[in-house]
Formats: sequence, C-alpha cells, structure tokens
Amino acid sequence: MNTPQSEKLRLIVIGNGMVGHHLVEQLIERAATEQYRITVFGEERHRAYDRVHLSEYFSGRDAQSLAMCDADFYAEHGIELRLNEAVTALDRDKGEVVTEAGRYAYDRVVLATGSYPFVPPIPGNDRENCLVYRTLDDLDTIRAAAEKATTGVVVGGGLLGLEAANALRGLDLDTAVVEFAPRLMPMQVDTEGGELLREKIEALGVQVLTGRATQHIEDGQASFHRMVFQDDKVLETDLIVFSAGIRPRDELAREAALEMGERGGVVIDDRCLTSDPAILAIGEVALWNNSIFGLVAPGYQMAKAAAATLLGGELTFAGADMSTKLKLLGVDVGAIGDAHGNQNPGARMFRYLDEIRQEYRKLVVSSDGRKLLGAMLVGDNAYYDTLMQYYSNGLELPEDPAALILPSTEGAPTLGADALPDGATICSCHNVTKGSICATLDAGATDLGSVKAETRASTGCGGCAALLKSVVDHELEARGVEVDQSICEHFAHTRQELFDIVRVEGIKTFGELIGKHGASHNQGLGSSSAPKLGCDICKPAVASILASCFNEPITDAAHIPLQDTNDTFMANMQKNGTYSVVPRVPGGEITPDKLVVLGQVAQKYELYTKITGGQRIDLFGARLEDLPDIWGELIEAGFETGHAYGKSVRTVKSCVGSTWCRYGVQDSVGMAIQLEHRYKGLRSPHKLKFAVSGCTRECAEAQSKDVGVIATEHGWNLYVCGNGGMRPRHAELFATDLDDEQLIKIIDRFLMFYVRTADRLQRTSVWRENLEGGLDYLKEVVLEDSLGIGDELEAQMQTVIDNYECEWAGAINDPEKLKRFRSFVNDARPDPDIIVTEERGQLRPA
Amino acid sequence: MTIATAEAPTMTQTWQPLCTKADLVPFSGVAAWIETPEGPAQVALFYLPGHATELYAVDHHDPFSGANVIARGIVGDLSGAPVVASPIYKQHFRLDDGQCLEDEAVRLRCWTVCFEDDRVMLRA
Repeated sequence: MNTPQSEKLRLIVIGNGMVGHHLVEQLIERAATEQYRITVFGEERHRAYDRVHLSEYFSGRDAQSLAMCDADFYAEHGIELRLNEAVTALDRDKGEVVTEAGRYAYDRVVLATGSYPFVPPIPGNDRENCLVYRTLDDLDTIRAAAEKATTGVVVGGGLLGLEAANALRGLDLDTAVVEFAPRLMPMQVDTEGGELLREKIEALGVQVLTGRATQHIEDGQASFHRMVFQDDKVLETDLIVFSAGIRPRDELAREAALEMGERGGVVIDDRCLTSDPAILAIGEVALWNNSIFGLVAPGYQMAKAAAATLLGGELTFAGADMSTKLKLLGVDVGAIGDAHGNQNPGARMFRYLDEIRQEYRKLVVSSDGRKLLGAMLVGDNAYYDTLMQYYSNGLELPEDPAALILPSTEGAPTLGADALPDGATICSCHNVTKGSICATLDAGATDLGSVKAETRASTGCGGCAALLKSVVDHELEARGVEVDQSICEHFAHTRQELFDIVRVEGIKTFGELIGKHGASHNQGLGSSSAPKLGCDICKPAVASILASCFNEPITDAAHIPLQDTNDTFMANMQKNGTYSVVPRVPGGEITPDKLVVLGQVAQKYELYTKITGGQRIDLFGARLEDLPDIWGELIEAGFETGHAYGKSVRTVKSCVGSTWCRYGVQDSVGMAIQLEHRYKGLRSPHKLKFAVSGCTRECAEAQSKDVGVIATEHGWNLYVCGNGGMRPRHAELFATDLDDEQLIKIIDRFLMFYVRTADRLQRTSVWRENLEGGLDYLKEVVLEDSLGIGDELEAQMQTVIDNYECEWAGAINDPEKLKRFRSFVNDARPDPDIIVTEERGQLRPA
Repeated sequence: MTIATAEAPTMTQTWQPLCTKADLVPFSGVAAWIETPEGPAQVALFYLPGHATELYAVDHHDPFSGANVIARGIVGDLSGAPVVASPIYKQHFRLDDGQCLEDEAVRLRCWTVCFEDDRVMLRA
C-alpha cells in the first residue's frame, strides 16, 4: 500500500553533511518515504562528502571520490535534494522553511547544519589570504591562494589544525602551526605526550609554536602577512588558515527562538527533539546534556535516534564516548575515556615513555587497579583496540595492567575475541556490537565480506578491521564452521602457501608439486596408486603460480593440461564455442596501418569487431581451427598476443596526455606504453588493469584500476587496488610525485607482493580489503620495505620480464602445439553446429 | 579394471579407427567426428597415460551451453573419479559414465574406446 504523495507528512532536513546524509540513509533503510515526503537542503554545491578525509583532496582525491553516495542516490529513493540552496529562516508560526528561492511547508524539520570554523577575534583576521578549513570550497580557495604562496601558517594545534597543516604540506608550502595552549592537541594529550607529538611533527618539517597568542596581523615585509604575538615576537607568512575549533551553526534555531545553550548549540533531549517537538537537531549543531559532540560517530548515533523518533522507535541518544584514534601528519594519536585522569578522583596512572622510538602511553585505572578509566597513546595506535575494549566493556584488568602498554617482542598484547561480551561495540562508526555480528553469522553469513556487507561494520573509518576479523574468525570457529583455507581437495594449502612451496623448493611442474605436496585422500575407491590429476580449481591456480615464478610458456607440454580453455587456445571462448581474439595495443596507441590489418583480418575470417573498455579491438567468432592462421597474419603485421584470455596483465589505458592535450602535464601515453611492455605477460591471481592519466582531470579513469597512475606537475601519483565491475572501489593514493624510476620500482614490488600473497581469483581490491593492517601495512611493506623483501620482489619481477615471449609467436611455429587447433582429429570439416546470423552489418551467434 | 561403457552393445555397433596416439594430448582432450547408426556425433577423447583407464570417450556436446566444447575442458579427479569440467559454465562430468555432478538428470553419452597398437579404436 502506497500512501499518495499529497497525504504524506512533509519532512525537511536542513544540512547535507555527513550526519545529515547518515540520517537520510537511516530513513531510507527504514522505508520512511512511505510516510514522509522528504526534502533535503544543502548550502554547498556538493552533495554530502567525507569531511573526515578532507585533506586527501590535496593529495589526489576529488569531490567525486569523497562523496558519500552516488549522484543519483537521493533521486533513486524518491528524496528531493536541493543543493546550493541555503535555508535563511525557520518560520515556526507558518510551519515553513525559507530559502532565497522560496518557502517550503513542513510537518517535521531536522536541523543538521553542523558547525562553522571558529576564527579567533584577532585584529587583521579578515585580511586577504586569511582562510578557514572546513568545506571543499574552502579547500579550493586555499589551493588558489597557495599558488602564489611559499609559506603557510595554521592557527590552531588541535585535531583540525593538524589536519589543515597536513593539507598545507600537501600544497608544498613551508608550514607552521601556532597554538595558544602550551602544547599540541591539548584536549587529547598531556604535557609529555604533547612534547613527543611536537618532536615528531617538527621532524616532518612543520614548525610548531605553542603558547602563542596572536595579537594582531599586519602587512609583512618578506611575506604577505606578519603575525605579531603577545611577546612582540613575529612570524611572517603568505597564507593563514584558522582551524582553532568549531562553533555550532545555530543561527536558524536562535532566530526561531528555540531553546539554546549558553555558549550556543540547540538544546535537544534523548530523542533529539528541540524545545519545539516538530523540530529535531542532530550533529554538531545539537547540544545534548550541555555538550557539543565534534566527532562523526556521535553524530551518526544522533541520526539513528532521530530516525527512531520520526518513525516510532525506542532508540535514544545516550551520550557518546569521545575516545578517538587518529593519524595526524602520519603520527598516531589515541585518547580513550578520561585520558588525562582528571575526571575520576583517586584514579591511578601508569606511564611509558620511549624517547628513542618516540612512543608515549598512559593508562588511567581505578583506585583498586581493576578497571580502565582512560588511556593516552602517542606514536603507536596498535595498543588502542585492546585498551578500548577494556574501557568500553568494563572488563577486569589483568594482574599487571602495565603490561598493556609495555612493548613486547610479540607486539602489543591483544584481547582475545572470546573475552568480549555480546554488548561489546566492535565498530563505533556504525555502532555494531559483537552480538549483532554473531546474529549475522547465525543467519547464515560465513565470511568476513558478508558480515561487512550485512552490518556495515568496519566500513566507516575502518579502524576496527583487525578486531572485526578476529571476532568473525573466532565466532565461525565456535560455530563449527571450519575456516578451511585449502584451495581444493588436492592440496591442504592456501594459494599463498603453494606459492611459497613452489618458490622455495624450485618446483617447476604440477606433477612434481602434487606428488610431493598433494593431499592424500582415502575415498575407498581402491587403487589409488595412480598419480592424482588435480582439478579445474588447483590446476589453473598452480599454472598461474608456476608462470609467476618462472614464466615458462604456458603452452609447453607440461603446462598445457593445467590451463583453462582460454589459456590453452590463447583466446577467449564465447558461448557458442568460438573464440575472441584481442591483440595487444599498448597504451591504446595504434598506427593506421595496423588498424587496417585488423579490419582486413576481421573481414577475411568473418569476425565481429568491437572496441573494448581497455582501448583495444576485440575480434569475435574465430573458429578454433582458424586461430593459428589469424595469428599468423596478425604477427606478420607486428601484433603480439594481448593476454585477454589470461589471469594476467591486460591493458594500460591512457589519455592522450601532454603530447596533444592542452591540460596534460606528463606524457601519459608514453608511460602507459612503457608500463604495458614491462608487465605484459605477468600471470597473477586475477586479471590486472592499469591506467595512466596525463593530468588530474583523470580521463583514463585510473582510480578505478588495480594500478592507476596520474600525472602531476612533479611526476606521478600512484593509486592502487581500485576496481570497476561488480563491486566498484576507488583506488587509494599510495605514493605521490614519483619520478619514472621510482614509479616502476614501487609497481614492481606492489604487483609481486600481490602475486605472492593473494588468494586465487582475488582481485587487488578484495586482497587489499582483507589485508591485515590495511593500506598502512601495504605502504610499510612496499615503500619502507619493512619485511626486507623489496630486492627479492624486484628480482622476481625481473625474472618474469626477462622470460617474456609472445605465446602466439611461439605456438604458430611449433607443429606439436598446432595439433590442438584442429576441429576434429580425424576430420578437417569445421564444426557444422556453429550457426551465425547477421545483425547491424556483422555476424553474431544465431 | 573395467572399460567404461554407457550402453549395452547392439548388433549394429562396430569398432572404428579414429586417430593415432600421437593425435592425443596427454592429460587433456581432443575432439573426433564419428558416424553412428543414429547419425553423426562429435566425441571428446581424453588421454590419461599411466592411469588404470587411459582412454575415455564422451559427448563433445555440452548440454548446458549447447556448444561442442567438452574436449576443451580441464581434466581432473573429484573424490577419486576422473572428471572433465565444461569450459563454458564449469559443470563437472564423470569420464567413466558421463554423469554430471551438479545435475543428476544430465548425463553425457559414452563410448567404448581402446588402443589397438598405436591406433585409437571406438565402438559405435
């Protein structure tokens, strides 16, 4: 039953930030559009985006990739999104929301207007190039100003200030941070922690000035501005960014005479209702129990409570824990509960300071030493998850609590997943408890991926990924679900284990591998003395491993029975048993002569032609027995195999780049061709797609590829582990401003590490999501060589490259290999059952 | 040690030579064309040197896709029985009786084959 639009209640959401968007998601999930006609107003021109990761806007991400949803998400769900339309008044008498464009009647309103950056009242704070850091438009302004600047100062040394400092560094400015308090991040860390933080941040080349009150800002001599401090000391800079905290955007509520807090904020109750029950408020504009919550997780919790209030539910907002773990300018900072130990009389503390490794940890425990009240971490957040569980679940501390913050050779002690109560919050972004994870498993989920999809756990900040995995593994095991990692019945090994065996023992054939390491199966069928055959799971997987290690031709007699039909016949089987042929067109660059040859071959063998997504040309409908002749002609014209049939490197897509494009800053086609020739023929757990864009306009769509390269004015930015297809995933920025040599070295290592450690048929995107330690770990291994295998990975890649040969060139001159390309061993007739029909001037299967 | 047969021999069946051992691909398949009393048929021949039964002949026609491709599938063993996986939709068929492991109702035809010296002989 659908309620007609005209009879529905009118719900207006003011504000389209992260929290406002989360509310809409909650409403959609609970089918609110059956009761409400929903309109959302956003003052910015962008739909909701991820403000938490805003500084990445300067390190390669764009508005699109920061967006919280697809462009048509709202429309798809029947919700009107009015962007670029600021609400100017809330007319409670008439029950209308007023904008510059008109008036809109409401039955219920949710205020999700968020906050604005606080600019200290310093004379001169309104000068040109005195900016704030809050929105994408702010960032565009900062970027434009930075073009004429060499130095930048951030006023504010808290969380947001350090984020802004990171952004200025990303713009290649000499950066300084000025903080009024005597230390950085005064809310989160104490004097020792602040000192350590300062050392670490100064080591990155960011100047840190604490205990400084700016008196006024005036014209500089060497730079645009001069900041004058309380002691008359001065600092000159071209650009100033104020990032000294936030204030609630509460002017609509104030003018509408809703009850306000003394220092701002709209007063709400546990149901997020303001003093007018038709109006709710959530997020940073809302004041609950005299507190504003300036983090996204409490905002999300308010959104959930507001949805319950609007739709009839029990859920209320009961305050939120402000514990947080951050990586600011690459430095880990964590604060849990009463981190300073000043809210609990009688609390006792443990402290650990390592000035060599620059780590500081503090525990605040109850007077009897049995409960954790708070904790502080600088330098290494590996300790956070365990401490957080002790804190949030009130678990009894071990005999010697200090062990929780002391370094151990095994790394930080971790709390077993079984020790957690059902109510333990695993993911605080989406408020997922251990109990709800267990419920998902009881309902049939059998792996980490489906638990994530079902509960959304670990899809927010991702900080709980390792904990979530251990809970899921432990609970699956407890349910008797054997987490069997065996690749198939023939090997009690994972792909990664098989890879290591092959590499370490130098095993070069499937027969030797299954003979030495095959699983013994006793199926009672008697004579099992005959060597085992393997199956269609392990044979192609081992074939791929052998190729990744030694790169012998896959068509050699020892390897050919292992291959999928596509690899066996070096073409892609289509549904009628014919094949498609895709010659390599490196970088998508092709000469007119070669184009002509492709057309001639297609005409001669009556092939259907289509342009692929990877910038090459696919020739469909080739009969098995015609493949050698087709390839004879293609090779004659200078083509080589494109490996479209293999789990291997496919294409390197490129835009035309600086050689033609007005905007290009590097030769993207040249780089694409170089990469394609380097990695062609690399067999891997799954197919690999690359792209190279010549500027940040990103016409080659590199951020949807396994390996994406985007030109910058200083070199190349590298993105990894993106995916299009069924589950799109944006690639993540991996390294910036690389020269050609660095770029290739890093890709060598990245690819070979993936080839070594991924499961069979696991794309880089899924591999990356399952990688314990995530992107940081991957960076450590590849960029910092934390495992000491960098040289080995590069050498292994070089082996593959040195042994490359075009498989088709090898096959068409080998009578033994050509024997397979016969329609019938005893008859030369073509398969009479292949019937085609004409459509749009070409042939297709009938 | 049995040679697999799917159907009882009829009076009209005779042995016909198909090809030589050198035409086969070890641990893989090739296709052959045969004439039978019921009409022509396409046969997939699989050669497993060193195994108890070295030679198998089943339908080359894949009942799921309708294409003639079974000889181009991967040969393996599941629970000890030799099988071939269709290269199109990956169903498994037992080589000794043609039974599809994923669908009880589907079974490939089988033929009796053997080596006579170097020649591959098939009864149809």
